[in-house]
Amino acid sequence: MILLRKFYYGDYGESKLGSSSDNETSSSPSGAGGEWPLWEVFIRSKQGLDHKHAGSLHAVDAAMAIENARDVYTRRMEGVSIWVVESKHIHASNPDDAGALYDPANDKAYRHPTFYNLPDAVKHM
Amino acid sequence: MNVSNIKNSQVSPSEGFREAFTLHLADNALIMGHRNSEWCGHGPILEQDIAISNIALDLIGQSRNFYQYAAQLFNQSTNQPINLATEDSLAYLRDVRDFKNCLLVEQPNADWAQSILKQFFFSTYQYYLYQQLQNNKDEQLKAIAAKALKEVTYHVRWSSEWVIRLGDGTEESKKRSLKALDELWMFTGELFEPAFYETTMNIDFVLLKEGWTKKIRSVFEEATIDIPVENKWHQTGGKIGDHTEHLGFILAEMQFLQRAYPNSEW
Amino acid sequence: METNQETIFQDKVDHEIKIEPKDWMPEKYRQTLIRQISQHAHSEIVGMLPEGNWITRAPSLRRKAILIAKVQDEAGHGLYLYSAAETLGISRDEMYDQLHTGKAKYSSIFNYPTLTWADIGAIGWLVDGAAILNQIPLCRTSFGPYARAMVRVCKEESFHQRQGFELLLTLSQGTDAQKQMCQDAINRWWWPSIMMFGPNDDASPHTAQSMKWKIKRFTNDELRQKFIDMIAEQVKVLNMRLPDADLKWNEERKHYDFGKINWEEFWQVVGGNGPCNKQRLDARKKAWADGAWVREAATAYAEKKASLNPSKGGTSETV
Repeated sequence: MILLRKFYYGDYGESKLGSSSDNETSSSPSGAGGEWPLWEVFIRSKQGLDHKHAGSLHAVDAAMAIENARDVYTRRMEGVSIWVVESKHIHASNPDDAGALYDPANDKAYRHPTFYNLPDAVKHM
Repeated sequence: MNVSNIKNSQVSPSEGFREAFTLHLADNALIMGHRNSEWCGHGPILEQDIAISNIALDLIGQSRNFYQYAAQLFNQSTNQPINLATEDSLAYLRDVRDFKNCLLVEQPNADWAQSILKQFFFSTYQYYLYQQLQNNKDEQLKAIAAKALKEVTYHVRWSSEWVIRLGDGTEESKKRSLKALDELWMFTGELFEPAFYETTMNIDFVLLKEGWTKKIRSVFEEATIDIPVENKWHQTGGKIGDHTEHLGFILAEMQFLQRAYPNSEW
Repeated sequence: METNQETIFQDKVDHEIKIEPKDWMPEKYRQTLIRQISQHAHSEIVGMLPEGNWITRAPSLRRKAILIAKVQDEAGHGLYLYSAAETLGISRDEMYDQLHTGKAKYSSIFNYPTLTWADIGAIGWLVDGAAILNQIPLCRTSFGPYARAMVRVCKEESFHQRQGFELLLTLSQGTDAQKQMCQDAINRWWWPSIMMFGPNDDASPHTAQSMKWKIKRFTNDELRQKFIDMIAEQVKVLNMRLPDADLKWNEERKHYDFGKINWEEFWQVVGGNGPCNKQRLDARKKAWADGAWVREAATAYAEKKASLNPSKGGTSETV
């Protein structure tokens, strides 16, 4: 294996050089109230299109999450409608089940229109 | 630019009133936006840092529209302008005594409670003022106000929600909210005392104050904050150039490059 | 089982199939990503400071608006990146804590001071320019959330470099004092900006794991050379010079040769001895500490509301 030490933009590894300022004083991570909940943001970019996942952010409640989403994710006119849902409420399929869930669809080519060869004379089908 | 046109010691009846009024609107928006922009990079949480910077951008945008219009008015009214007025000459080359912003907007940010309350007082005032301006005879002012009103509507919503959160949040936030109120209340009366140049602008200040007071009252109620008793005595003067000391420091910082390197393009 | 998982994982990476948060991944991959993404995020947030301190001094209303929008974008970029890291099971608060305690690093370039207005242009042109070269390949990085965040970042970043160059161009065509200011800023920012690509490829031995995992796709020296070739041409448009006597087109290599980089300075600044390390970190810590009561109040209020009206949960509209 080639031996290289990679440094990335903003990444200098975990060298124990430390900074000159007082390392030992660590402000309490989140304050007494704990971190604001995480929300997932979905944005409709224009009328007629689906809401699409844009990213996430922190907010104390749904109303604030929508406003934050407006300020964070639509600064460049990216949207006309916003959905937010608290991340903990999202249920996801298990990636380990991906094989069982999605592979069986793989051999059902007859569900796709291109499966059927029709004479060129047939139009508009 | 012929600065004498916009001196606050205006004497001839109603001449230059429209210019002065436009400048007043511009100065209000600029100084408030400038104060908001001081938060950029220092907000209490990333999401709100972005939110208050958005408001700063809206306000600076508004000020540019007003300054551009004011410049146009000056350039038309001056027969032989030596230097044409521009948005930047108006923002960067007038001194404290020529600025016409309300005292409220130049007050320091202090903490989040004070910034929020200042924003709430100011945005609510802007909201009712722009609503009236939407029907002004001056087509330009009308157009600028109509566009800005959408922005301001959001500023009112955002700031009133924060006033409520802080007022009805923790003991600490309540304490800070009350302190902010104590600091800022005496600067709110000025908003409804027309300066000489406002008297001919078809603004109903009684209506303005009514709308403002009603909104403040309802938000304060939700924030569990008592509205102070109507005080006859208010700090006034900003509109005609009698400022607090804070404005001088804002301008010193803001105008530094234009002053240090005159006649340069940036 | 473990090796099997690892094989499947590597196979996906080899076939350019993105890894998503819930997929199995080697613990080391997760750790490397958390470190890289969070340090990238910190760089955005700390990077707001050197430019942000010119917002109140911007010389025209147009420049003021541009600068606010740009610094605000950086807050947004930090936010996207923190979010990407959060999908790996670390909280933003924990990442902040790592930054505030000095455990996590951020791009060292932001430990240099912005002394004149021209520095704002130089940062846009050189620093953002270097960042973009680093960031574009990251849009194809193997971890899905990181790649998606970078796509968004790159899209927004494109105006940053252009505004910086335009700012310098204006100065370069201005008064003598402005020209001087412009050259001076280039002199000060040139070397730190080419150091942004990190040490030479063969400087310190370590594994090339990140390459194999396709977190990173080009070496430091490749990117640095690309950057220098690009800037050496652009500087001519400004009628300015890069402060490197050894900078010369090499016809054989079809690249610019350049002088020796002062790696001693680089490591000193990384290690905390740059001109502004303490100041930058203190500013971040102060903002976070000053904001604690605000965050707590908002939480307290939301909880109060939710308990009063649990069904509604504070939401405003139905979909």
